[in-house]
Amino acid sequence: MSRRNDDASVPQNGQIPSRAGVGLKPEHYRTILETAPDIGFFEVHAENYMGAGGPPHRYLTEIRNLYPLSLHGVGLSIGADRPLDRDHLNRLKGLIERYRPGLFSEHLAWSTHDTAYFDDLLPVPYTTESLSRVASHIDEVQEALGQQMLLENPSTYLTFAESTYSEIDFIAEIVKRTGCGLLLDVNNVHVASTNQQWDPLRYIDEYPLASVQEIHLAGYTPETDEKGRPLLIDTHDRPVDDIVWDLYQHTIGRLGPMPTLIEWDANVPPWPELKAEAERAEAIMSAIDRKEQARAIAG
Amino acid sequence: MQSLADRLGGFADALFDPTIVLPPGLVGPDGEPSPRRFAVYRNNVVVGLVEALKANFPSVCRIVGEEFFDAMARIFVASEPPTSPILFEFGIGFANFIAGFEPVADVPYLADIARLERAWHEAYHAPEANPLTAAALAAIPENQAAGITFSLHPSLRLIWSRFPILTIWRMNIGDGVPAPVDLTAGGEDVLLVRPAAKVEVCATPPGGYEFVEALQQGQPLTEAMKIALRADPRFDLSRNIRDLIAIGAFIDCHTANEPGRLTRGVRA
Repeated sequence: MSRRNDDASVPQNGQIPSRAGVGLKPEHYRTILETAPDIGFFEVHAENYMGAGGPPHRYLTEIRNLYPLSLHGVGLSIGADRPLDRDHLNRLKGLIERYRPGLFSEHLAWSTHDTAYFDDLLPVPYTTESLSRVASHIDEVQEALGQQMLLENPSTYLTFAESTYSEIDFIAEIVKRTGCGLLLDVNNVHVASTNQQWDPLRYIDEYPLASVQEIHLAGYTPETDEKGRPLLIDTHDRPVDDIVWDLYQHTIGRLGPMPTLIEWDANVPPWPELKAEAERAEAIMSAIDRKEQARAIAG
Repeated sequence: MQSLADRLGGFADALFDPTIVLPPGLVGPDGEPSPRRFAVYRNNVVVGLVEALKANFPSVCRIVGEEFFDAMARIFVASEPPTSPILFEFGIGFANFIAGFEPVADVPYLADIARLERAWHEAYHAPEANPLTAAALAAIPENQAAGITFSLHPSLRLIWSRFPILTIWRMNIGDGVPAPVDLTAGGEDVLLVRPAAKVEVCATPPGGYEFVEALQQGQPLTEAMKIALRADPRFDLSRNIRDLIAIGAFIDCHTANEPGRLTRGVRA
């Protein structure tokens, strides 16, 4: 099935539609170009396209000509105590100019120290000092890129004893100070809520939903800590869990249809399996949409 | 209270130092310290970087086996972690690390295989440029041919080895099947270039390495030929030029009489 080519709703300006998209993996480049599947958008990790040339750019250029694209950074280290890497910001700016993504997002996390890059999203203490550091970094990003960025809520495994803000108050204050938008990762809500023993529904209800412009969904790995408590790891290596689908349904009930990304970065499945996850998200959005319409007519 | 810099610095130091069980004040939901939870980050960082290195050096991994590679890579990532979030560039120092890594002293060609794989990734991500065609070269008047200089493709890389590294690499990549190799039979020098979507890899003919290296340094054709002949009297100029054109190694050439004029390559 392909209704993309004649679908007038595909925004020519690159705006991300309120549909489901998937993270673009090299394993699927050819299938996507050969079959032109009906998918709302693709998202890429910016760092994978920071070479000067080569096949990654060749494929992304072709796919961008057919679909809206969102850009997701994993290496900016917004939560670090040191100044942002200006070279990295310039590379991001170059990618944005080249591919005109509909959205750009990064994480509430840090991944660099001294000269080392750790390739992991490390947790940030929720203190006034780190709040002003994160806020000034986001100001710098938005100024350098000339556009709003979305900040993603983290998946965390522990907390800092010195934290004086709740995660939600911390994020809400950043939005207030910087005017950034938010990316709500519903899997991260489930992972962090389980690990920290929070109520995930309350997390979503108290999140600054008015600023949310994109949702992420992914799979996690269940483990336990030394006291036998559940410890969920954000692995992106399997289907979205049923509990996360329920939280997603709740979120869409509050937000209405919203750009929703399926992230599957390790043990990448064959294309049909990934696409089926996107279809499940679209089905939830459509059902909520119909319910809204019915309520509007009834009301 | 600790400054943010000290706090994150202490966290970062503990990631690669197993003697630090847990930096203070990192707690579970009951407010008690939880080494197991910190270990998730430690494991994510180390495993993530080992996997990134493996993706960049697949043939090295196949030669030594995955278990050995992981153990060797853990030592490398702790001593030389990446300095950039662009992970396809990770491992610039890996070949030198291997060359000095005692447990692989009995695999003397391994460091050169790592150099080859590193060059392959550089070629893969190098800037795009259209190769020079044979027709463009043929248009140069014969009396000016001796003074020609060439611009080489930005993706072009040369690897010199006293071992048959191309043969060994091909046996240990993709569908390759390892077979006995005579390590004393002489080295293979390798040229890599990506004129379009695919990285082309070939062994250079006698004197070919020195010839291309001289051209890369901007030596005119006759000078490069003299250098190549000094390196190996079997050097064959016309064969080398033909092969280099065919593989897409040149993007431009200039004659001594018209240094300003660029004969632009046209995609065939």
